Amino acid sequence: MAIKFSMQLRKHQHFLMAMPALVWMVMFFLLPVLIVGGLSFMSRGIGGIPELPLTLEHYQRIFSVFNGIFARSVWIAILSTIICLLAAYPLAFYISTRHRSITRNTILFLVILPFWTNFLVRIYAWRILLGREGPLNGFLMYIGVLQEPIQLLNTEFAVVLGLVYGYLPFMVLPIYASVERLDWRLVEVARDLGAKDWSVFWRVIFPLTLPGIIAGCILVFVPTIGAYVTPDMLGGTEGIMIGNLIQRQYSGTGNLPLGAALSMMMMAVVLIALMVYARWGHEEG
Amino acid sequence: MANTLNPKASYLPRKQTESVSVPIARPRLSLRQSLGEWSLASLSAFVLAFLWIPILVLVVFSFNDSRTVNEWRGFTTIWYFNIFNGVTTGEARFATELMLSALKNSVFVSVTATIISTVIGTMVALSFARGQFIGKRFLQGLLFFPLVIPEITQGVSLAMFFVIAFNFINTLTGNRPNFGFETIIAGHVAFNISYVAVVVGARFSYMNPHLEEAAADLGANEWQTFWRVTFPQLVPGILAGGLLAFTLSLDDYVVTFFNSGIGTTTLPVFVYGMLKTSVTPEINAISTLMLVASTILIVISLAFQRRTA
Repeated sequence: MAIKFSMQLRKHQHFLMAMPALVWMVMFFLLPVLIVGGLSFMSRGIGGIPELPLTLEHYQRIFSVFNGIFARSVWIAILSTIICLLAAYPLAFYISTRHRSITRNTILFLVILPFWTNFLVRIYAWRILLGREGPLNGFLMYIGVLQEPIQLLNTEFAVVLGLVYGYLPFMVLPIYASVERLDWRLVEVARDLGAKDWSVFWRVIFPLTLPGIIAGCILVFVPTIGAYVTPDMLGGTEGIMIGNLIQRQYSGTGNLPLGAALSMMMMAVVLIALMVYARWGHEEG
Repeated sequence: MANTLNPKASYLPRKQTESVSVPIARPRLSLRQSLGEWSLASLSAFVLAFLWIPILVLVVFSFNDSRTVNEWRGFTTIWYFNIFNGVTTGEARFATELMLSALKNSVFVSVTATIISTVIGTMVALSFARGQFIGKRFLQGLLFFPLVIPEITQGVSLAMFFVIAFNFINTLTGNRPNFGFETIIAGHVAFNISYVAVVVGARFSYMNPHLEEAAADLGANEWQTFWRVTFPQLVPGILAGGLLAFTLSLDDYVVTFFNSGIGTTTLPVFVYGMLKTSVTPEINAISTLMLVASTILIVISLAFQRRTA
């Protein structure tokens, strides 16, 4: 009996080892998400508490009332991703083309260290910088671009800036990895065959580093679309995003089913982005 | 813009130079090439400055002798002094005890979540690498999701789940559990397992499978093979995964905020509250200290990785 039991145990040992993770993930991740999915179809009761009957009202509201905020969040996320890409590509390229490894490692360290420091602290630093009497306004006035301070904080601009700042390393690292892996003989071949700089870049280097670019874009887009802290700290009422809207549904006079529906919609946007990534990844890879 | 992205001949193929034993003289750059190189370098410098200026400003202002944050009025360490001693008089108010208890809560939550998630994450990485079982693909997919689902969705869903679960327990037993450390830790572990599993799993691909076979050939049983051969090779991956989990957990605001109860304020939640309500110079000093702490942490981990690599 005991032997039989231990044989059973051996046969299923891998499953047993995966058990704790399975239980934890189902209980504290999958089940909560499914519950929110269910709640998003329920009516709003007294005090925002979900109740029956089932309804599509919240999704309809997202497409009518909150269309603006939703579209703006997607726009802010796309804009931040593009700016990150434009800033990160030259930097990643520069790092990976340094000859000495100490130079490469030092610059990489300089890129990664801010990313390891507390996110709140870094966003807070921008609150100082962007203030009406803050260093940035002072500098712009000093060099004569501005005559008097302008409103920088609590704008959409500040949100995009904060998001780019927060997620830039996510873009630099995958691009760096793909430039690092680049087979430079191909570049040389293209050059020998008479390709100009421009076409060498667009027809050889760019396609070869595309996997890194796409990975970086996903890594930036996903957290920016769901951003909550950055717009809350830098955006004021001007730069509100879906994340803030969701948070409001959970406080005071909120509407829980609406918050649930918003979460579901946000997840849908992320999953669509991932599906695009999966498709492209296969085509290019 | 795009022109600066252009590769010039000057980016000589590093891999090639490394494979050639005789050092080649670096080709002289034409004017156009050095212009491209120069613009690439200055763009990079600009991006690095963008990353670092806010941090430098923060550090500098933490030594600023002025209550209003924006103007430089001379050097002082009074804000650091206040952090450690507390100020409770006048308009300046800073409660050291509150901050210290938040710090204590943070460390407790992060350490607990790190231990649980490192053990569970390592186990699941092992089972993925070594076995086939029913539900493997399902679990792999499930573990992928916390890496890509926005934090706010995770935090809010978990909070909803707990509310419903607590109501259920209440009707069953008449006893209503509350949000507390357990709920925060449950959330932290749920996203940490994925990161640990990825990092430890990556370590497996570096391992030499023949070592395990050799151990078995030499008469070691499965248990001995694991503890004497497999596990020691996994240690750097486990440590790296654990460190990542610890950092994520220590830094987390969103999941913590939605799932915390009374008396479970962690440092990020405390700092966030301060940032939203009153901006005092002490915040700059705390931020600088947090910066120094994380710098020390990353330097230690890098040094450690270098030694084990």
